[in-house]
Amino acid sequence: MSVDYMPYVREEKLPHMWCPGCGIGVVMKSMIKAFEDLEWEPEDTAVISGIGCTSRLPGYMKVNTLHTTHGRAISFATGIKMHRSDKHVVVISGDGDASAIGGNHLIHAARRNIDLTVIVNNNHIYGMTGGQYSPTTPLGAKASTAPYGNLEPAFDLVKLLIGAGATFVARGHVGNGRQLASFIRKAFAHKGFSFVEVVSNCHTQFGRRNKMADPMNMVNWISDRAVSQKKWENMSAADQEKHFPVGVMFEDTEQAEYCERYEKLIAKLREEQPA
Amino acid sequence: MHFEARFSAVGGQGIILAGTIIADAAFLEGKHAAGSPTYTAQVRGGPTKVDVIVDDEPILFPRTSEIDFFLSLATRSYNRFGADIKQGTPVVIDPNLVTIPPEHEDKYRIVRVPIIELTSSELGRMVYTSAVALGTMVALVDVIGEDSVRAALKRRAPKGTETYNLQALEVGINATREILAAMS
Amino acid sequence: MSENGHGVKFWPGNIVVAEAAVAAGCNFFAGYPITPSSEIAHQMSLLLPRGGGHFVQMEDELGAMGAVIGASLAGAKALTATSGPGMSLKLENLGFGYMVEAPCVVVNVMRGGPSTGLPTHPSQSDLMQARWGTHGDHPTIALAPAFHQEIFLETIRAFNLAEQFRMPVILLIDEVLGHLSEGVVPPERDAYEIVERAHDSGEPDKFLPYDVTAGDIPPFRPYFDGATWHTTGLNHDETGFPTTDAKHIQQDMYRHYRKVLGNRDVIDKVEYYMADDAEIGIVSFGSTARAAMAAVKQAREQGVKVGLLRPVTVWPFPKDQVYEFGRDKKYLIVPEFNLGQMVYEVERAVHFDRPIKRVNKVGGVPIYPSEILAAIEEVA
Repeated sequence: MSVDYMPYVREEKLPHMWCPGCGIGVVMKSMIKAFEDLEWEPEDTAVISGIGCTSRLPGYMKVNTLHTTHGRAISFATGIKMHRSDKHVVVISGDGDASAIGGNHLIHAARRNIDLTVIVNNNHIYGMTGGQYSPTTPLGAKASTAPYGNLEPAFDLVKLLIGAGATFVARGHVGNGRQLASFIRKAFAHKGFSFVEVVSNCHTQFGRRNKMADPMNMVNWISDRAVSQKKWENMSAADQEKHFPVGVMFEDTEQAEYCERYEKLIAKLREEQPA
Repeated sequence: MHFEARFSAVGGQGIILAGTIIADAAFLEGKHAAGSPTYTAQVRGGPTKVDVIVDDEPILFPRTSEIDFFLSLATRSYNRFGADIKQGTPVVIDPNLVTIPPEHEDKYRIVRVPIIELTSSELGRMVYTSAVALGTMVALVDVIGEDSVRAALKRRAPKGTETYNLQALEVGINATREILAAMS
Repeated sequence: MSENGHGVKFWPGNIVVAEAAVAAGCNFFAGYPITPSSEIAHQMSLLLPRGGGHFVQMEDELGAMGAVIGASLAGAKALTATSGPGMSLKLENLGFGYMVEAPCVVVNVMRGGPSTGLPTHPSQSDLMQARWGTHGDHPTIALAPAFHQEIFLETIRAFNLAEQFRMPVILLIDEVLGHLSEGVVPPERDAYEIVERAHDSGEPDKFLPYDVTAGDIPPFRPYFDGATWHTTGLNHDETGFPTTDAKHIQQDMYRHYRKVLGNRDVIDKVEYYMADDAEIGIVSFGSTARAAMAAVKQAREQGVKVGLLRPVTVWPFPKDQVYEFGRDKKYLIVPEFNLGQMVYEVERAVHFDRPIKRVNKVGGVPIYPSEILAAIEEVA
């Protein structure tokens, strides 16, 4: 069945500002597919972002959108969701935005199990500010602030989020849009904090410095390393080094959601002490 | 009328309630009151105090500068907070817990009331320390009517403890009066 | 929390702020523990869920400010409270609040600084931070009540001004007031006004979040109210989308200033004390103004003609009122619990044309009336 994307797109804002071949477009498309599939009305949906290339995404989406400060999108989203827990709130973020400057909000929103979906477009680099290394830049990769190769090990965002208490954690990649869309759809449908890492390409800032200046080269570099979780588990340690697992990595539907807990408290207090 | 009182102790002795009762009693009489507790990072076990100001007029400067009644339940708190006390001011100390410099005997009107021992033997629970301490002030200072203090204490005491708190107040008043009689 | 037969509460200033916020219609609080403001959070966590509102203790001060602005854009009346170090952390998101015109109230219970400074002791050293703390040009509304009854009313006024002018409003108190208990009579609901932000009621499809064709304050429409709209911390046009049009940006930034400076009749507030025939004038705010009032009273008893002007609205600074008050004085005295901040505004207000004596102090022990009295005697 074909998807009608346009009800969710601010057509007048096109063309977008991303480089040709940028992975963010795949993420946006996947999000819209999920919106349509779940019948989320644009006016009942909010997409919040911080700062960076990925954070420009909400500007192109015809829903309620908020482009906040660097790293803080999840905190703004928390306020919106708590006040209107009946509505859909999604955060879209880059790897630097979400896991460096915004890392604290990321882990605590997960711990709270508040019903937000956080999608991180992990392109391994600070794109907008000029190719500096991020917390997810692979060890040894080059960046504008790592001209001799990155000396810092990278975050495994999936492990980080599972450790922090997220109740839905998935990883997809831009080389498989259909699969990514299904992960994002499941994340949206999940009641509680859901997280989707999208392994993505920034051929302009990452690729160019790491012999993958052509978008397809970088997408292929990603696709070739992506394997199912099951396959990954059966790999040797040496093989695992050269790959990453994709799939729904963790799901817990038992844990109570934060806003629900809060609304229950309100109902209980009202019962004890009617206004 | 302008009156300043300071109740000092070590954290956990529950002296802070005394300030609230005095303020409430003052409000009942149409007077004004202001209270400042010490606020230290180390709340339990450290020296602590509450200052209360009572005035017929609205209180402008809310901190104490010339104290008219001082009470201390610990040497540490006496030493830490025993400043800005007017000469000749009634100073209540618990003789079992407070040692004062000899020169203070003449400087202030020292009244030794074994508040903690009285609370323990007469009431059996240390939560009533505050009310006993309050009783010593009622016996020594004629600023707020006894009935107002009783009414405030009754209103402010945690539910179920009103009777014991009022009893504790009387213990403080009577013990202090007996000690004063013996002193004169 | 005291109650007696006369309805007088014996509340610490921090509790007064929380109770007044709820009375003003506040239904969202996000904060982070910090001395000496934490009691505001304690009380909000107790009160809000009882009335169907929401409290959240965020993971840091930046997040608390973010959550408050997010809630505000979703339609909440939102509050956060902090002290110096926390205020420093909030500043970037506070600036975002100015930029997107999100009504909210930020309380700073001032303590000694810089840095960790004196966590449990007062100061008034964040006055200039309130005005110029976040980067960029923006107008500021900051209120600095001095008495608990006034704290109650000014907290309500802070919410009302935030709503009316669609912007964050800062409430500045200090540790003296935050931890001081004194009598306060919460006003009955019909004794004060509650202002709601002007609401857009046009066609949702045609909603422009920064439509200023009808005035300098764009009508508000919360998220999830039929429209789909965008806003950003980038300079933006009436659609909420970024613009780099220099002419538009300059006009828009002037509009922000006009919202405040063009409405001084409702924003300004100063109080006078024994000022009518005063030859010596004192300008002082907040808790220090109370010491100054006590000193004025004592000096008057000695026959010295001294009076006081107390800015309750400290930003925008009441420069015209200070000029009128100060122009004929033979001396002005500016006591403030810092090393000199408001005095710069007073100097400018009187066109550097009056002799000014500063009374400054830091270290955690407030300025006593006797110190101000000594200054009065010096210039009398």
